[in-house]
Amino acid sequence: MTWEVVIGLETHAQLTTDSKIFSGAATRFGSSPNTQASAVDLAMPGTLPVLNKGAVERAIRFGLAVGGTIAPCSTFERKNYFYPDLPKGYQISQYVRPVVSGGTVAIVVDGKEKSVSLTRAHLEEDAGKSLHEDFHGMSGIDLNRAGTPLLEIVSEPDMRSAAEAVAYAKALHSLVRWIGICDGNMQEGSFRCDANVSVRRAGEPLGTRCEIKNLNSFRFLEKAIEYEVRRQVDLIEDGGKVVQETRLFDPDRGETRPMRSKEDAHDYRYFPDPDLLPVEITSQWIDRVRSEMPELPAALRGRFEAKGISAYDAHLLTESREKAHFFARTAEATSAPMITVAHWVNGEVTANANTQGVAFDKLPVNVTSFARLLDRIHDGTISAKAAKEVLHAMAAGEGEPDAIIDKRGLRQISDAGAIESAVDAVIAANARLVDDYRAGKDKAFNALVGQVMKATQGKANPARAGEILRGKLKRG
Amino acid sequence: MTRHFLDRIAGEGAALNAFITIDEAKSLAQAKAADARIARGQAGPLTGIPVAHKDLFCAKDWLTTAGSKILGNFVSPYDSHVIAQFDRAGAVLLGKANMDEFAMGSSNENSHFGPVKNPWDLAAVPGGSSGGSAAAVAARLAPAATGTDTGGSIRQPASFTGVCGLRPTYGRVSRHGIVAFASSLDQAGALGKTAEDLAILLGTMAGYDERDSTCIDRPVDDYAAMLSGGVKGLRVGVPREYFTKDLAQDVAAPIRAAIDELAKLGAKVVEVSLPNQHLSVAAYYVIAPAEASSNLSRYDGVRYGYRAPEYADLNDMYRKTRAQGFGPEVKRRVLIGTYVLSHGYYDAYYVQAQKIRRLIANDFIAAFRDCDLIVGPAAPSVAFDLGSKATDPVQMYLDDLYTIPINLAGLPGLSIPCGFGNKGRPVGLQVVGNYFDEARMLRAAHAFQQATDWHTRVPKGFE
Repeated sequence: MTWEVVIGLETHAQLTTDSKIFSGAATRFGSSPNTQASAVDLAMPGTLPVLNKGAVERAIRFGLAVGGTIAPCSTFERKNYFYPDLPKGYQISQYVRPVVSGGTVAIVVDGKEKSVSLTRAHLEEDAGKSLHEDFHGMSGIDLNRAGTPLLEIVSEPDMRSAAEAVAYAKALHSLVRWIGICDGNMQEGSFRCDANVSVRRAGEPLGTRCEIKNLNSFRFLEKAIEYEVRRQVDLIEDGGKVVQETRLFDPDRGETRPMRSKEDAHDYRYFPDPDLLPVEITSQWIDRVRSEMPELPAALRGRFEAKGISAYDAHLLTESREKAHFFARTAEATSAPMITVAHWVNGEVTANANTQGVAFDKLPVNVTSFARLLDRIHDGTISAKAAKEVLHAMAAGEGEPDAIIDKRGLRQISDAGAIESAVDAVIAANARLVDDYRAGKDKAFNALVGQVMKATQGKANPARAGEILRGKLKRG
Repeated sequence: MTRHFLDRIAGEGAALNAFITIDEAKSLAQAKAADARIARGQAGPLTGIPVAHKDLFCAKDWLTTAGSKILGNFVSPYDSHVIAQFDRAGAVLLGKANMDEFAMGSSNENSHFGPVKNPWDLAAVPGGSSGGSAAAVAARLAPAATGTDTGGSIRQPASFTGVCGLRPTYGRVSRHGIVAFASSLDQAGALGKTAEDLAILLGTMAGYDERDSTCIDRPVDDYAAMLSGGVKGLRVGVPREYFTKDLAQDVAAPIRAAIDELAKLGAKVVEVSLPNQHLSVAAYYVIAPAEASSNLSRYDGVRYGYRAPEYADLNDMYRKTRAQGFGPEVKRRVLIGTYVLSHGYYDAYYVQAQKIRRLIANDFIAAFRDCDLIVGPAAPSVAFDLGSKATDPVQMYLDDLYTIPINLAGLPGLSIPCGFGNKGRPVGLQVVGNYFDEARMLRAAHAFQQATDWHTRVPKGFE
């Protein structure tokens, strides 16, 4: 029996405005509880929301980046429910006329490109935080986060595997950071996903879905979906039925468990917020936002691919704006071919950045030095293996690549005379391997090259050593 | 002057229960500061004038209760825009006036702090919800007062107590710092002895405030300077739907006499029509409760205000806090509002009511093509007896028949005394203007008061 998995994501991206969406309070993370909550955030009697235009502008920016439609007139609604960390007893959100409708996000999974459609992206305010520890059986409420602007991005149920969902989430994560509307800090909750998951037998109508709430890492997203798919398939195969419900993922146990069923679902009693006027988004406003947009990843990928970079590499290079910049500037500054630059940026440099947990604009290695290093590989001064060592030394602050190469004696021996004498010695000392090679055993050749490298402490240019060896064995 | 009024409040005024909070020390300190300002020669028309504020206006360090137990202990940490404007003008905050809980009511019987009595007849209600403000001005316990008007809460009590009351155009005065009842209908206004007083009060309150998104950025007229000029040539519209069986005879007569007086002063009386007027009470009692049910959700016992002393868990805390903290009329409207916004009922009630609202506004727009002002009664009867309608909410709601359409349309309206009906209880003439046409309304009211003396009458025992 083949099962098809159907996934849609709702993503909350916290916007990078300095102040909240409906009050003047700051949005900084990590301040002492309730120090960043104004009378409006506390829902004091008589307080009124005033829309932060910066939040709308960021939503417009997103709409343009995904090719969505920007509503000329967008409205805010109240979503009513009681919870201690929801001070007004309602959340101001958008229901009927969100800022953004439609749009697409491109993903690559297993080397294949796919486009995920978006339903909408709307603005809303975040709630506060309930603190259940340290209060001796009571709960504390921190309203610093209350009123923080969020863009909720809703996808169509276009994803067919956990891998696709993760690829989509990553692409979205990269995009919101690229266009500067969200810092993407997942630990701090600036970017979090709810996953709607259902399964069906191929060709059948959509199955009943479950929503998994608040997934704040790509790994959790993947694990939660994988677990949920297994759970639903097992349930159906055992003759059961999936019940529509909201579930929570427990990262410690790697499983999802029920939070509330459809019957317990709130009736949110949405209605237009009478305290806020509809927002008019004029074409002039949209044009101005467009003129301030950076070049988008898709456009950049196109340019890279036109220069011979594979689609896969181009996707990796445009993971972030900083990385794409690092790549483009390095490619300009080095004599090494672009493909080499791409391999190095996507390979070793990315690995280093990930281990150290730094962004590409905060790398300890600058573009000029890195370009020099690639020059040295390209002109044969050092081997790829030695280059890795040099890169690590550069990252450790040991200086410029040329100095490191000299200090560590990593220069390759490309000089024919020096290599020749090593080759002669190896041939003389390894009669058996030489015979094997001549008898047609290709493996023996590699072993001989290895011996030459060993004899030169790895400094011989392996390509040159091979050439010379082949020449001598043929002649002999 | 502040001392004088404080003494009246504590003396002959005590029986009226017109105030929730009096703080002599604070008021007298403000009066002293005003004296200093006058001595420096920097006085404005309101400097040193004591003003009573409806207890719906947040005033820094003052108890601000909205007439409710649930805010019975709430001391505001900030000033509403209106309070700040009066402060700037050098006025003295004389006290916080009693009112129907959360401005829900037409009789002031819904206050947690007890009903207000009508100074013309202690057996009668003063109207509501700004009943304390109206009674205070009528009994000369305060020279002027603020109020709010969501469905008639300034004009109806002004009519019942024989004072002048003005509800400005929606958006003319900032709602910042006014405890919200129904956001799309609430508007702050003033109560005073004369149209001239209203002009000065409105000039102080009106103006743009960026903290209220629905407040309109538009220059404020110099209302006081625009009072003279009379009504000669002014087209005064009388809706043919106004004089029906819903209007008590003892009210109809003084209203007709007042219209005749305006004609005598040179106004041209024309008949207009407001065909959808009869739908207004029904639409209002969907929209206002809907907004209120959401606006009042914040009173949950979590951050401020009343919290039930004992509860088992969170939901129990919510339930008990709100059950104990809200009075029956507030609960009724929260329930109605929750119902009409619920899944499956929203289209049938809320959306329909919004359509009616549009029709009513269109009626006025059409009527104002044929006239400059619309006049008629502010209420269908004179003040009724305390307790007489308390058990019949629908009868109470119908009392707002003449005032509600103006709120639904967002228009300005005022009420001025124009005579007396049964039992010597006052009757108010309502004057409705086009959007932002307060100056013309006040001019007509002023002209009427120049020719008549109804506004100078003071209830017995309060001279």
